[in-house]
Amino acid sequence: MWQKFRNELHGDGLEIVTVGLETAGAEACRPFIEAAAPEHPSLIDQAHRSAELFGFINIPNAVWIDESGVIVRPAETAPSPPSIERERRSPFAGIEPPEHLLAIAGEAVNIQSSPAEYEAAIRDWVAKGSDSRFALSADEVIARSQPRNADAARGQAHFELAAHLEKLGHHDDAVPHYREAHRLTPDNFSYRRQAWSLEPAGEGLDGPVTRFWQGPIPGSEDTWPYDSDWLADVRAKGAENYYEPFTP
Amino acid sequence: MITESLTISRRAFEEGTGWLLKPEGACKGDVCIPLSDQPMVASSDSDSNNDLVDLVGIAEQMGLPLVADDKNGVWALGPDSVGSRTLVTAEAPELTLPDLDGNLFSLSSLRGQKVLMVAWSPY
Repeated sequence: MWQKFRNELHGDGLEIVTVGLETAGAEACRPFIEAAAPEHPSLIDQAHRSAELFGFINIPNAVWIDESGVIVRPAETAPSPPSIERERRSPFAGIEPPEHLLAIAGEAVNIQSSPAEYEAAIRDWVAKGSDSRFALSADEVIARSQPRNADAARGQAHFELAAHLEKLGHHDDAVPHYREAHRLTPDNFSYRRQAWSLEPAGEGLDGPVTRFWQGPIPGSEDTWPYDSDWLADVRAKGAENYYEPFTP
Repeated sequence: MITESLTISRRAFEEGTGWLLKPEGACKGDVCIPLSDQPMVASSDSDSNNDLVDLVGIAEQMGLPLVADDKNGVWALGPDSVGSRTLVTAEAPELTLPDLDGNLFSLSSLRGQKVLMVAWSPY
């Protein structure tokens, strides 16, 4: 998704690194990465370590780092550049979506972001460097980085334990730690999406689309191990508030 | 960071947390957390990187959460909340992760270029 943009600006000194936050590991990322055929580094982060270090709380999020290794924009919503390909793509292509997935799609169309504004900001930074109005001072970067109190730090430790146990194949042991992570980091949506996406999807589905189910299976609500799910969370928060607006 | 022992090497602590143990305390960028008690439990050889750190003691002094999974015998040492923000310095932390084929890549190898690091997921 970022490949074309990267190639256009690579000669001007920009490199893109994509990081797949995926406790399920590389194979779950493989079809997407191979389809994108990136020439830039494309990494796998099973423990969500990059999220802990930089403050990613939803997907897609990004940080900007200058030539000397200084962060000039902390983690924020990072919509990929507008493209016809993206507008035409649907995770439900080729299937007859069950009602639950149609409900998710119905909310997803109301999610708002600013891909054109974000792309223009990156271009301005690449052209002007530290003179770009989008390149923030060190104090501003720290002040705008994600809040982290003692509870949130503990929640991140629980998530790391959950991811570790998941990697070892101990899914049932991981669930209580995901739950604690969710309770202690209420603003972290990627922790929720990750855990929800590892639960079973409705019957008749196969492949990557199953990861978007992220909620109880009708008739089996009692077995859902979490206090919320994607649809419930988005409806409670409002799809229009799913991503923070871009702040120059 | 994940650990199966509550006593780990200084190198493992510093790489896992990003906090360097110096005479003035645990430091990241220009920020130092004073350590009133010596967190080292022993010096195993002449290489200070192999000094051993008492995780329970240093976690308490630095306010780092240490969370256990008793059944599986593992702990996670969580991040600091010293500045109430994720970042205490604008210096990018080191990050080393594998690609699809397991080859490790370090973010610091891109010094000299502007870097846009984007987190995504298949879900």
